[in-house]
Amino acid sequence: MAPAGVLVIIFFLIPVAIVLYLSVTNLASSNFTSDLAKMEYVGLKNYETLLNDQFARKIFFNTIFYVLVTLSIFNVSLALIVSLLTTHIDRSAGFVFRALWILPRITSPVVYILIWKRMMAEAPFGILNQFNEFLGQPTFNYVSTNPWVFVVVVNGFIGVSFGMIIFTSAIESIPKDLLNASLVDGSSRMQRIRYVILPLIRWPLLFVVTYQTLSLLTSFVEIQLLTDGGPGLYRTEVWSLTAYHRALSNYFGNAQWGYGSAFAVLLVMIGVVLAVIYMRVFRFDELVAEPRVEAL
Amino acid sequence: MEIRIDNLTKKFGDVVGVENLTLHIDDGEFVAFLGPSGCGKTTTLLTLAGIYKPTDGLIRFGDRVVNTVQPKDRNIGMVFQSYALYPHMTIFQNIAYPLKLKKVPKNEQNEQVRRVANVMGIGDLLDRRPGQLSGGQQQRVALGRALVKEPDVLLFDEPLSNLDARLRLTMRGEIKHLQKNLGITSIYVTHDQVEAMTMADRIAVMNLGHLQAFDAPDELYDRPKTRFVAGFVGNPPMNFLDVEVSRLNGQFLAEADAIRLPLGAERGEPPAGHPGAVVMGIRPEDIQIADDGDVRGEIFVVEPLGREDLIDVRIGSNSFILLADTEKQYRAGQPVALKFDMSQAQFFDPQTERSLLWRQ
Repeated sequence: MAPAGVLVIIFFLIPVAIVLYLSVTNLASSNFTSDLAKMEYVGLKNYETLLNDQFARKIFFNTIFYVLVTLSIFNVSLALIVSLLTTHIDRSAGFVFRALWILPRITSPVVYILIWKRMMAEAPFGILNQFNEFLGQPTFNYVSTNPWVFVVVVNGFIGVSFGMIIFTSAIESIPKDLLNASLVDGSSRMQRIRYVILPLIRWPLLFVVTYQTLSLLTSFVEIQLLTDGGPGLYRTEVWSLTAYHRALSNYFGNAQWGYGSAFAVLLVMIGVVLAVIYMRVFRFDELVAEPRVEAL
Repeated sequence: MEIRIDNLTKKFGDVVGVENLTLHIDDGEFVAFLGPSGCGKTTTLLTLAGIYKPTDGLIRFGDRVVNTVQPKDRNIGMVFQSYALYPHMTIFQNIAYPLKLKKVPKNEQNEQVRRVANVMGIGDLLDRRPGQLSGGQQQRVALGRALVKEPDVLLFDEPLSNLDARLRLTMRGEIKHLQKNLGITSIYVTHDQVEAMTMADRIAVMNLGHLQAFDAPDELYDRPKTRFVAGFVGNPPMNFLDVEVSRLNGQFLAEADAIRLPLGAERGEPPAGHPGAVVMGIRPEDIQIADDGDVRGEIFVVEPLGREDLIDVRIGSNSFILLADTEKQYRAGQPVALKFDMSQAQFFDPQTERSLLWRQ
């Protein structure tokens, strides 16, 4: 435990403690100091401001919408479908298909978003709009008319690969005898998925749902590069992006580290609460039940 | 259910699993597929189960060609070496699974599962999970799950290999008894020739994807048609040596170095007609240590088996395995004379490895 413990302390607990401390100060560009003792303690004032922030509510629901939709459609469902499909076809074909789907994840986010932007850009630059023009169709301003669709799809395409890898390896590690037994016992391939494969990958499923919820809650790079929370006022702004905007990228260079930290602290709390709920729902303790072996 | 396999070939890419297999199994018969690992016996079994599609040939269950029939539509029960119980289901759910898929009503499921569980002696384990059971109990559950849907054909894939020796003996008897009682056509894959000999009505001996012999156990033992069968069936295995068989004044003589063994006409005539050397096979129980023995040799090693001793005797460059009474207390290095019961000797063509006595 020691090396892992040290890593957790250095890279998680200490930063959380610092952020927690910053969130009860009013540290900003105007009164910047790197001396923790000199920062001005303001109690829960940042949290009060946050609760009364006229946009916080919208951003909160934006975040829930973004996480739920991306998670359920892409990171879990599509990942599951892709891994089930690619494990039921020819092995090497399945491998090639999955290898291709890793590309969005291993591509730098800037490059990846640029590719999407090039495709979706307004006429006459966007590739899709060039096709539209070529075919005599009206052109669209894709991203600004349907920002949420693109935020979800662009993130979802990356998100799928994580679940895909985890689910595929879980499915492939189910003993062949067990899969054959199910067919001999009278199941169709669909019934085998429902009664044997899905129950047997419950733990990876729990892991992906939990991990990806938290990962989506904190991800903002792609959104920042694609819409930067726009178009308009906070249309696609999510919680973590707000924390970033407030603390590090505010207009006129007025970074509000204290206020941004309050956003970050709430995000950490939400994440912890969700993780605990997931553990309960999936009855994690039951998966590691003690065996009761008895001689014949 | 009668099973007829005609010219069955299964290839995986360029790798041949089984080639040109023809086998007719009678209704209610218990057939063992016997052979070393990689001989194609499991491939054949999984092809019969419908997990693999045949590359070529025909498989018929009764009058129905089942080559492309899905496993679920074959009404087969199968028992695996690894038991293959569903770890997330209770024992009850495991046994009920085939019934659930058949959409049997709940109360009927309940009744049938309990009936089968009681037959298998696992009636009190129904609410447990497979992980909480011993290997023997798990194997009974697997058997129960295979039987509950009253299959036309039972397939066994080395079902006893993971059990300890004593339990294997008990289960061997139970499976044979159960099969005879229910009269379900059964195919039993094993690499253990004792299992095959003791349980099966007929044994299909396979090697390198080819059928070597398909006969009743004692027929395989007494009249092996290939050298492979002779060497594979029987424990301890048959002794082999290269000999020249010649006719001398109406007598037959098998000779190798210092060994000269007189032969009757029945066993001597066919190999004598074969030009050059032949392979002679003789089972350990057909060699005795006797003072008036034909050949003199020296004991190389003695392996006590409890009931008898397994003795390796060296004569020149030849080695013979035989069984002897433990009371005689033979020791390594001791000179002995051997008496061969040549009326039981087997002869094989060294090139084709086919028997010179028994034609296929």
